[in-house]
Order: sequence, then C-alpha cells, then structure tokens
Amino acid sequence: MTTSAYQDVIIAGFGGQGVMLIGNLLAQAGMEYGREVSFLPVYGAEMRGGTANCTVVIDVESVGSPLVQTPLSTIVLNEPSLAKFQPRLADGGVQIVNASLIDKALVDSKRRTVYIPANDMALEIGSVKMANMVALGAWLKATDALPLACVQDALNRVVGSHYAKLIPANAKALAAGYNFA
Amino acid sequence: MSDTVARTLIKGNEAVAFGAVDAGCRCYFGYPITPQNEIPETMSRLLPAVSGHYVQAESEVAAASMLLGACAAGVPSMTSSSGCGISLMQEALSYMNGSMLPAVLVNMARGGPGLGDIGPSQGDYFQAVKGGGHGDHRNIVLAPATAQECYDFMFRAFALAFTYANPVMVLGDAIVGQIKEPVRRTPPADALSPAQLEALAAPWRVEGRGKRGPGAAPRLIKSVYLAEGALAARNRLLQDKYEAMRAEARSLSYNVDDADLVVVAYGSIARAVRSTLRALREQGVAVGLFRPVTLYPFPDEALRALAAARPGRRFLVIEQNLGQMVEDVRLALFGAAGCGAEVLWHGLMPGLLANAQMLEEPVRMALAGKEIRS
Repeated sequence: MTTSAYQDVIIAGFGGQGVMLIGNLLAQAGMEYGREVSFLPVYGAEMRGGTANCTVVIDVESVGSPLVQTPLSTIVLNEPSLAKFQPRLADGGVQIVNASLIDKALVDSKRRTVYIPANDMALEIGSVKMANMVALGAWLKATDALPLACVQDALNRVVGSHYAKLIPANAKALAAGYNFA
Repeated sequence: MSDTVARTLIKGNEAVAFGAVDAGCRCYFGYPITPQNEIPETMSRLLPAVSGHYVQAESEVAAASMLLGACAAGVPSMTSSSGCGISLMQEALSYMNGSMLPAVLVNMARGGPGLGDIGPSQGDYFQAVKGGGHGDHRNIVLAPATAQECYDFMFRAFALAFTYANPVMVLGDAIVGQIKEPVRRTPPADALSPAQLEALAAPWRVEGRGKRGPGAAPRLIKSVYLAEGALAARNRLLQDKYEAMRAEARSLSYNVDDADLVVVAYGSIARAVRSTLRALREQGVAVGLFRPVTLYPFPDEALRALAAARPGRRFLVIEQNLGQMVEDVRLALFGAAGCGAEVLWHGLMPGLLANAQMLEEPVRMALAGKEIRS
C-alpha cells in the first residue's frame, strides 16, 4: 500500500448523516498513522436536518490552510451537497457520491466519480446509519490516503463507550465500501 | 517538546481549557456564546476535578467582574467569550488594567460588527490591541494559529499576566477555536509553575485579615485615584510597565531570506497564507511570511529588521477585516527607521471562509506592486 503525502477532502451531507463522525474518524486515523491532520466542521445555526460539511486535511508537514477552495476529493451524501461541491472539485480529483440519494443525471460525467449506493449497502449490513462508513470506505480505496485497517482501528477511539457494541458493524461497513467495485 | 507524549485530537477551544488548567488556572467565569462554547464546557469538567471553581455567570458583565475579584485574590483565573460578549467585558477589563491584575481572557472572535455571524473574523484586532475599554489600558495579546498553540499559549498567558500584573488576551477566531488537531499536553519551555505564579502574586494579593501576621498593613486593590497627583503617578507606573512589556514581542518568519515580498498575517489567516506560499514556491515564486505571535506588543523591531535586511522588499498585509493590523505594520515601517518599505494590504471580509487558493491572486499581484484591496 502506498499512501500519498498530502490529501484533503470535504465531507458533506444532511445533519444526522454522520458527516462529522467520519471526518473525526479520518482525522483520528491519520493522526494515529503518524500524519499531521486537521478537522474543521462548518455548520450554520441549524443541526439535524440542515446541511453540514467538514474539511479534513492530511499532510506530512504541519497543516497550513484547514479549508480548501478546490478539494482533491469529496464525499457527498445528499443532493444539495453535490450541487455545492461538485463544481469545486479539483481537476483530477475524485468524488464519492451516494447513489442511494443522488440522481445519476446530476453527476458530471467528466469528474472521476465513485457512485456508490451507500444507504442501501449500509441497510444490508444492519443500519442505514452506517452509510457514512460505507462512503468513507470507498474514499479510502479511491484515494489510497490511509490503510483501511488503520481507520477501522481508530473507531475504538472515536466511537463512545455507550456505542462500542456497534464498532464491528461499522468496521464491516467501512470494508464493504472499500471493496465496492 | 517531548515526542513521547501521546497526541490527542482535540479542538482549539478544548486545548485552551486543558492548557489553562495545566498552567494552574483554578477559576473560570463565563457566559456561553458560539464559537467558544467548548471552553466553558471543558472547564466545567476539568476544574472541579482539581478543586477549582467553575461559575456560569448571569452575563458577561458579571463574569468579568467575578474575574476581577478572583484575580485580586491572586488566583490564576480566566474568562472566555466572543465578539459582543467581549465588548460587554470591556468595563471590567479597564478596571483590571487600572488595578494591575493578572486576568486572562480568551476571545474566539466571530464576525461583526454587531451580532454578526458565528464565522471567523479578525475584526476585533483594534479592540484587543488598542485597549477596548476606557482609559490608557493595554492588554498583552497572544494570537494562536493551531490547537497546539492554544494549549501552549495559555501557559504563556498566565506567565505574562502574573509577571507584569496585567491582563492578557488570547485572540483566536472561529477557525482556531473549532479546528481539531493533534495536541501534546506537555508544558512548553517558557511555562511558569503554579508555585511561581503564586510567588509573583504574594506581594500584592488580598488574602484576608491576619494571614500575614498581626500588625500587617491592609491591602487595597483599586483603580480610583482621586488625590492630587495620584492618577498621574498611577499612569506613569502603567506607562513604565507597558514599556517593559515591549520585551515580550514575539513573531515567526517562514522563508523570508530570499523573498522580495513578505506577507504579514496572523492567526488562522497566517495558516492559509502558509499554504498559498507553499503552492507558489512549487511554481518557483519566492514569497515569505512574517507572522506576529504577539499582537501587543507588536513585533515592530523584527519587522524593521526584515525590511533592513533586503532594501526594496515589499510587504503585503493580509487580514480578515477592513484594515486594522496594517496600521501597526505601516507604523513599524514608516520613515527612515522603518526603511520606508512599501506596505500593501489585502482584506478578507468577515463572513468569508478563507482558504489558500483565494489568496494566490492578491499575492501574485503584490509581487508586481499592485494592490488588490479586498
């Protein structure tokens, strides 16, 4: 496994889809992998039901700008987020698009896209709430940013003890996304 | 700093709270406001565990006055707020300056003026650096840019506050407060121990009648001086102290040696600039960065040294406001002593989220001597 030196990603969706959770997870895993990382959440006054996004930067030197105009990658879990971030994706960048909630006709065919039915796959594993993990798994495969096992292991530090019993299923959801086509 | 201490991923706001408590802070008074709520939240958890006191006050006015009381007793104490909340604290802040008290205040600034928004802004620069309240008061102002610095600078804040018996403000913004980054919880090299802080407060703190033995003169901490000549003497004392504080000016420079253009930026904006310059350097464009770490005292001598080292070199101030720090940069570089270096300015409007890419054009234009003001 080769991992690239610098990576950034904007993760976006509805409040409640777990955008912040996978942003946190990715930053935690990156830190544990020995990288410099930053995680910056952006939301307005709204929370559940509103749109939310976060930016994660992974680097070998200390992170400069924690926000990016043209991200190297995005994970978009709903349609409003695709409309907002697809035009900003860097040339040659990759977007992970939630096929369960986003019409394929809206996806720019010139963009490198992993069109993955994250909600449906998560439901099959046990809960639609893990669609975020499926999407993150697909992102790990598409970017080679961090090893899958590293992110799966980091679940133990990011998921609270109250929900620890859900960690194996979430690890499975990450793997399912990673192994998707 | 030891690499053996594990890194934890925490927000800048949480790092402020951990840094404060690790530095010896034992009292916190505050009132909630976004984007700094993780500071009181974390303090409410940490302080009871070290026999400290956490008080959610009825208002910012009350919180700042409670802070005055705790500082008068010589207890390392702090408050935090943002924007309009910091405005409400200015009366007590002026009193604490006049009373020479070691208060520590954190402003995780939000967009203004007025209620503004909850996004990042550097619009509180003047308020923090030039005083903010009435009378001739000066706060030492530290400007962290990372979560690690949020932790480290709290040690520096308490050390400076007690060394000079003067309020210190830590000025961040919504990005500095909300960003999550790896932080090592080890005291920085310039930290003072809680015992050292206590020793610095011992000569003046009020501690209750009889504590210093029978016959000890009572102590009075005040900011009112009505007798003829008394206020002038007090202001002279303050002026001498403010002059002495100039020795605490700090700054950082990146890749300035061969740069014909040096960008001057602080806090979260300095981070964005650093990425901009990294991208430009990969394209063969040499631009440096000068980052004030103390905003007051302003690091004007270091800035003048940069100008003198390369005559003709230009400076470009980038800040997220309508033009505030640029005045201090121009004052530092004005005239012969400042080499008369040319100073350009680019402002990012509060309400925007700054990133590295949007700063490339203003920097490129400045290289050619052209100013894109905002």
